[in-house]
Amino acid sequence: MVVILVLLAVLAPGIAPWDPNRPDVRKILDGPSKLHPLGTDQLGRDVLSRMLYGARVSLAVGFVSVGIATLIGIMLGALAGYHGGTIDAMVMRLVDLMLVFPRLFLLLAVLAFLRPSIWTIMAVIGLTGWMSVARLVRAEFLSLKEREFVLWSQSIGASSYRTIWRHILPNAIGPVLVAMTLGIPAAILTESGLSFLGLGVQPPHATWGNILNEGKDAIEIGWWLSAYPGLAILVTVLSYNLLGEGIRDALDPRLRQSIGRIVSRAR
Amino acid sequence: MFGYALRRLILAIPLLIGITFISFLVIHLAPGEPVETTVGESSTQSDAKLRERLREIYGLDKPLHVQYWNWVTRLARLDFGRSFSPDARPVLQKIGERLPITLLLNIVELLIIVTLAIPIGVLSATRQYSTFDKITTVFVFVGFATPDFWLALMLMIVFGVQLGWLPISGLRSPTWEYLAFWKQQWDFLAHLVLPILVATFGGLAGFSRYMRQSMLEVVRQDYIQSARAKGLPERVVIGKHALRNALLPIVTVLGLSLPGLIGGSVIVESIFAIPGMGQLMVQAVFERDYPVIMGNLVIVATLTLVANLIADLTYSLVDPRIRVAARRGRR
Repeated sequence: MVVILVLLAVLAPGIAPWDPNRPDVRKILDGPSKLHPLGTDQLGRDVLSRMLYGARVSLAVGFVSVGIATLIGIMLGALAGYHGGTIDAMVMRLVDLMLVFPRLFLLLAVLAFLRPSIWTIMAVIGLTGWMSVARLVRAEFLSLKEREFVLWSQSIGASSYRTIWRHILPNAIGPVLVAMTLGIPAAILTESGLSFLGLGVQPPHATWGNILNEGKDAIEIGWWLSAYPGLAILVTVLSYNLLGEGIRDALDPRLRQSIGRIVSRAR
Repeated sequence: MFGYALRRLILAIPLLIGITFISFLVIHLAPGEPVETTVGESSTQSDAKLRERLREIYGLDKPLHVQYWNWVTRLARLDFGRSFSPDARPVLQKIGERLPITLLLNIVELLIIVTLAIPIGVLSATRQYSTFDKITTVFVFVGFATPDFWLALMLMIVFGVQLGWLPISGLRSPTWEYLAFWKQQWDFLAHLVLPILVATFGGLAGFSRYMRQSMLEVVRQDYIQSARAKGLPERVVIGKHALRNALLPIVTVLGLSLPGLIGGSVIVESIFAIPGMGQLMVQAVFERDYPVIMGNLVIVATLTLVANLIADLTYSLVDPRIRVAARRGRR
């Protein structure tokens, strides 16, 4: 499912039946038909084609912002977990602090003073989403740094930089991978929410969020304009969440088995 | 207990200072000054003078740390400055008249979520892999993935436009003034149904999942086994021994999920045109009304901090282990 979605987004120019930005005054707010399977919008643009192009924006924002968040999270988490002490306390207080702000309020405050573009959106979503990764990496580091192979690496004089990157991090990557997979749908939801409010990626660039924003103004006449992009978001987020859960189960089969066993014994 | 509460309170102070610091930085490090948006982008001689004058009025010509200090000392006296919008009313007053409705909505949502999620979670945990458990699992994943603004639009289309059962925007009908007292209350409630439904949906999915998880973990514990071994009926084992322990982590999750819930009111309020904090924030962002933005940010974060504090204290109240651990300095 995830692969199909990415393929659809990448191949959008090839498979989109119409030009996503070409208006057609004769077909304003036409319902779904053979020519336009998902109908047209207020300017007579084809909704299906716009959604295919919107998929590129949504997925790109998802990937890049999660990439940024993960990078910051790993660096701060590794720093805190490896060194401990004052650095750890400072990083963790920063995490606590960032978590007190409702994310949408913080994002809105930042966006008020930036010209919204796809890049600023990626950056601000990334910059406000690193806290969970940082916590995760720190916890992994705290337990890993006591293990023999780390002590061994330190004892032969490897720099702490090398120990962190070559020895500890590869062992902590599993949970980070899960967090990343679950972070992508969250970022997609956030981006579409911002675009929906009109503060995300700006028209004429199609995104699922701003098609919905246009759909809001036409809810009394054109249900298709709001129904389909939302459905696309739902399906995308759902498939990434399921993928994330799948990876988690694959990495940690212990949990599922033991719970199953205990419950069956209890019966 | 008292000592623990005091320690938590003291720990909250640096966070409070941090909140003001971050809010201040966010706005002052962003390129583009509020003066620019007031004056516009042209650069004639008179504009340059006006710009200087405005910078002086708002104190923007002073160094950053001086500005911060001035702002914080005014905050300490609960003076949030005046709005940049034409009405120029004090920020505190603007926020004050919008806070109650947002709080009301969030508290009602939280109550609904908790009363529904606990039984759902317990039932699906005690009957793991049953049909009920499978249905709720599907519901949970769909709930996680549904964008709230989309759900809102769909409900508006179905109940507001197609069926015409419920009003879709604002808090009162235009004819409100002419209605009888009870009709007025009824009208108000009818306006709240859809927003609350939307805001509850996602949260419910999350909480019933946590509840299920927590219950599954508790059921594995030895003391549940011994309760069963004593020959206690299953009803007592689950309803008393297991439930009490499974509820503990939920208190913390409740506290942690508050920012998300409050953040959600931004979207719900702007879709349903409810005059609350979220809508104020969006309006302020569009108007670049930066005293209002900063005020909003500080107040929302402080509210979350207080709510987390309450959750922490409740947790220690119901679970003595936490207090003891804290006294030993492990936490």
